[in-house]
Amino acid sequence: MTARIGVVTFPGSLDDGDAARAVRVAGAEAVALWHGDEDLHGVDAVILPGGFSYGDYLRCGAIARFAPVMGPVIERAAGGMPVLGICNGFQILCEAHLLPGALIRNDHRKFNCIDQRLRVESTASTWTSSFAAGQEIVVPLKNGEGGYVADDATLDRLEREGRVVVRYVGDNPNGSYRAIAGISNERGNVVGLMPHPEHAVESLTGPSTDGLGFFTSVLRSLVNA
Amino acid sequence: MARVVVDVMLKPEILDPQGKAVAQALPRLGFDGVSDVRQGKRFELEVEGEVTEERLAQLRNAAETLLSNPVIEDFAVRVEP
Repeated sequence: MTARIGVVTFPGSLDDGDAARAVRVAGAEAVALWHGDEDLHGVDAVILPGGFSYGDYLRCGAIARFAPVMGPVIERAAGGMPVLGICNGFQILCEAHLLPGALIRNDHRKFNCIDQRLRVESTASTWTSSFAAGQEIVVPLKNGEGGYVADDATLDRLEREGRVVVRYVGDNPNGSYRAIAGISNERGNVVGLMPHPEHAVESLTGPSTDGLGFFTSVLRSLVNA
Repeated sequence: MARVVVDVMLKPEILDPQGKAVAQALPRLGFDGVSDVRQGKRFELEVEGEVTEERLAQLRNAAETLLSNPVIEDFAVRVEP
């Protein structure tokens, strides 16, 4: 049976199309979910895509976090359903307290739009199991508020528990504490990252096909489940 | 009608790039003697009826759940005289 992966569209989402495409390239069925949906239409996993939900008003992700669709997302994430938040999706996951910490304005105050080298620090998460530990990958990074911050105790805990999933390699592009690009929850089923793996799934349009690993990883976990 | 004001500021330990940019612009324009700038948000809530303790507690809850992100921000709620 083909896995069904939901991609949520909020008002202001931009990368829902590419996220759905990445799901299909990986071999799963992409299911369009709407921010106003009260249920998840029986999907096996959910992706919160990049963009500027609700115009980034108030704080990035602060209003999307209270969209009707987030009720069942939060509930089922607690039950182990895989959830991936990319860029604005990562911000929404932090605002929803599914992941610790927050994303603030880049320390250099400029918008980033670059092909970014990352190191996969943990392959224990549902979304990174297809990678090799320590593998370096290149995917696009594009954000204005991508600086990951958390208090020292939280950062130490993330490091100790192997929940830093991806880290920036080379110059820190946005001032993220400890060069953290992405993290997971304790169980490893919820992952958020600022870079965009969904833009790196085909050599025609991406800097690499490295991003595909996130989507094949979740399929592996769904098939084994 | 009463007005309740909620001030939201980044916690002191969180970097404030916008405040830094303003701090750098001031001396360029000849406004000297400002050693640091922190930029925050001010919400003015027009409240119907009397602002009771109970009502104020609700608004504090709103400030904590929506208007601010307690991970990175502090807030203060006060009734405008």
